[in-house]
Amino acid sequence: MSLTILNVIIAVVIAIGFAALNAAYLVWAERRGAGRIQRRPGPNVNGPLGLLQPLADGIKLMTKQLVIPGGADKALFMVAPVLAMAPAIISFVTIPFSESIVAHSMNIGVLMIFAFASLSGFSILLAGWSSRNKYGMMASVRAVSQNISYEVPMLITVITIVMMTGTMDLKELVAAQSGGIWNWNLIPSLSSPLMPVAFLIFFICSLAETNRAPFDLGEAESELVAGFHTEYGSMGFGLFFMGEYANIVIGASLITILFLGGWGCPLGLFPGVWWFLLKIYMLIFSFIWIRWTFPRTTIYGLLNLSWKILIPISLFNLLLTAGLLKVF
Amino acid sequence: MIKDTVKQALQDLFPDPEPVAEEVVAPAAEGADTDEDKKKPVKKKEEPRVNGVLERDHAEHGYDIDVQLDPGELLAAVMIIDKAGFFLESITGVDWIKEDQLEAVYDFSRYDFDTCRVVIRTRTPRSAPKIPTISKIYPGAGWHERETHDFFGIKFDGHPHLVPLLLPEDADFHPLLKDFKP
Amino acid sequence: MSGPIHIQPGETFTLNVGPQHPATHGVLRVKMEMDGEYIVKAETVLGYIHRMHELMGENRTYPQVLPNLSRLDYLGALGYTHGHVLAVERAAGIEVPERAEYIRAITVELNRVASHLFWFGAFVMDLGGFTPLMYAIQDREHILDMLEAVTGSRLTYCYYRFGGLYNDIDDDFIAAAKAFIPRMRKSLKKYDALVTGNIIFEKRLKDIGPISAEMCRKYGATGPVARGAGIDFDVRKNEPYSVYPEFDFDIPVYHECDSLARYKVRMEEMEQSLRIVEQGLEKLPDGPIMPAKKPKLIKPPAGDYYQAVETARGSFGIRIVSDGGKNAYRFKLRSPTYSNMSLFDEACEGMMIMDALAMMGSLDLVIPEIDR
Repeated sequence: MSLTILNVIIAVVIAIGFAALNAAYLVWAERRGAGRIQRRPGPNVNGPLGLLQPLADGIKLMTKQLVIPGGADKALFMVAPVLAMAPAIISFVTIPFSESIVAHSMNIGVLMIFAFASLSGFSILLAGWSSRNKYGMMASVRAVSQNISYEVPMLITVITIVMMTGTMDLKELVAAQSGGIWNWNLIPSLSSPLMPVAFLIFFICSLAETNRAPFDLGEAESELVAGFHTEYGSMGFGLFFMGEYANIVIGASLITILFLGGWGCPLGLFPGVWWFLLKIYMLIFSFIWIRWTFPRTTIYGLLNLSWKILIPISLFNLLLTAGLLKVF
Repeated sequence: MIKDTVKQALQDLFPDPEPVAEEVVAPAAEGADTDEDKKKPVKKKEEPRVNGVLERDHAEHGYDIDVQLDPGELLAAVMIIDKAGFFLESITGVDWIKEDQLEAVYDFSRYDFDTCRVVIRTRTPRSAPKIPTISKIYPGAGWHERETHDFFGIKFDGHPHLVPLLLPEDADFHPLLKDFKP
Repeated sequence: MSGPIHIQPGETFTLNVGPQHPATHGVLRVKMEMDGEYIVKAETVLGYIHRMHELMGENRTYPQVLPNLSRLDYLGALGYTHGHVLAVERAAGIEVPERAEYIRAITVELNRVASHLFWFGAFVMDLGGFTPLMYAIQDREHILDMLEAVTGSRLTYCYYRFGGLYNDIDDDFIAAAKAFIPRMRKSLKKYDALVTGNIIFEKRLKDIGPISAEMCRKYGATGPVARGAGIDFDVRKNEPYSVYPEFDFDIPVYHECDSLARYKVRMEEMEQSLRIVEQGLEKLPDGPIMPAKKPKLIKPPAGDYYQAVETARGSFGIRIVSDGGKNAYRFKLRSPTYSNMSLFDEACEGMMIMDALAMMGSLDLVIPEIDR
């Protein structure tokens, strides 16, 4: 018993460390990637290839004063950034990086991740509301309506997959896809011919759920200054930032687990954690790539996309898959 | 040619156009070489220009029709201009301190290739400068009139929102008046 | 999209966009009355960097005012100084050698391309796409380098003199400009592929921010704003000045009246400017760049002179009222964005804030030029 608790504590510490390291170095990767895409070097002064840049940024953010605007709701103002970071870290606990590397395997892992993912919308709402800033308020209302409308197609897609595999355990989901690329959920089969479309829907929804460009309407720096974190400085801002990147890792991990066969090799050889990492970092790179290529959508364009296109398609996919599962 | 039709229409605003034409010709004939002299008889001969329509050489001055009228006739003239399809280029003022008058200058131009620039001038006493607004006809005049009010203190009667635009909100000075001391 | 709005009193809130706001690109403030995301009423507040150039024009001699003109619009400064020298030359009756006029046209057009490039980058950045800005700035840098070599400055040029130029162009400039034209044409194709066809970009601009031809006329909008509303108006063609009649170029006109039309007008104008530069370099005559005899002290005869030029933003006008002295009696600057911006208040009513700010970007504002 005590050993299990110790195990869990170690696992949690590793999860936090992984999340924080990822958040810090994804910022670096994003800036370097943006630099490449924009034909400029990006951060390259601190350390080789600018690798010490995240450290310098971290020290700077931590030593800055946290300014709480007058009239703000102090308690909520402080809670919001923590609430942005914490669910992302907790979600790491249940993600299986390989057969054996998982902090705590649960049979309802998918459900848990979604439960915590919806908390991130809550943190944006709190941040925008408590900072008593009109831009922040508008942004948080936007972000919440966005989060709500994109969780729907996302969950419908997940239900489709759960229906196909019959489990909500992330490990078993991967196990069901083991053996090679032809077993992945991404590849259409007789009972699920629309899976590539479902993958696309899930990918778009992950972008929207993590508030990434082109769906970063909660930030929308050209209209709403900086959106919900307009009033945040120092580590408050830093936590939002880290939370965003931790969420991206979660999103990429989920896509990998649900569609891309988790830690399995495309050819069925040498499954292991390296495949998992390779897949999530390729997905994260595509997130970065998209961010620096596309302009931002409008709020009505965003909601139209979800309610008029993604939800009907994913519902149709659900119905189709349910019917075909009965047939085959 | 739009120039002729507009000129004719504007000419009709003045009850007796003949003497105006004479007045215009006279200084030009006296002035030896310069067309500019007829433009400003005020400066040279210390006698104010008489209201009326003048045709200008575009190459010389950059505009074609130069109208001077009383503030009371301004709206009628601008309506003619509006009907002829001109757009409002700008509104500005000139402080003729020697004659104790403020002049408001309205520039109009055209979008089509029938090039014609019309300048309408109207003068008002410096002590109580007051000109009717044309922002009802040209909404774009709103800003130009506010600017002219800022710089010269000309009151535009009927302007919906005559508060300082370029100067600070509480400005009570008019920097382009010639007797302005900063 | 804008729907019908029925506002009850007390349901709106006031949003101050600016004076420090990323979308205004300067210190412009728009007081918006908002109903959620919708703008009920907007009032633009100007004057945060008002410097009273008109008064400076009155208490300085004509040459002393020359540098002031490039402080109006720091992106397309040569167009404004061109207007000033043309106005004073018209007033004082100074002849300009042909070579000088050609070089003026070449440099103004290069500057126009630079200005449009920067606008392009900033506009796409307004819509949330960062990368094109970097590409556009890189191309613009070539132009700035070229102009720096002949004019001595990179942004606030004071290159033109009454009657001619400060400096003749050299072979290096001609070679650089000749090399620049094909490179820029390639870049324009790339921008088209990268940005113009993008579905998000198109959806954000198509049918957004309508400015009709009649509205342009009532507010005196000129330049790409008017041309995006189907008005075939360009001072270079309508009221030719300098050596522009010698050049063969088109005026791009779009009839859609939306933000996308204004975008397309500017993108095509860059190509037309390149054509002018190309022809100018080809036809460039030899000769002096300053007139043989020029008055020592510029004293235009008493009178009232007006000169309009087409700058990157629209029709820029200078009115000089002279009393025969060495200073102008009245020095009026008619700035194009001032008129273009004045229609924003009316045009943005009932729009959503992000559409309104996209429209504001399509007006191509340079705040120092509005405030003067």
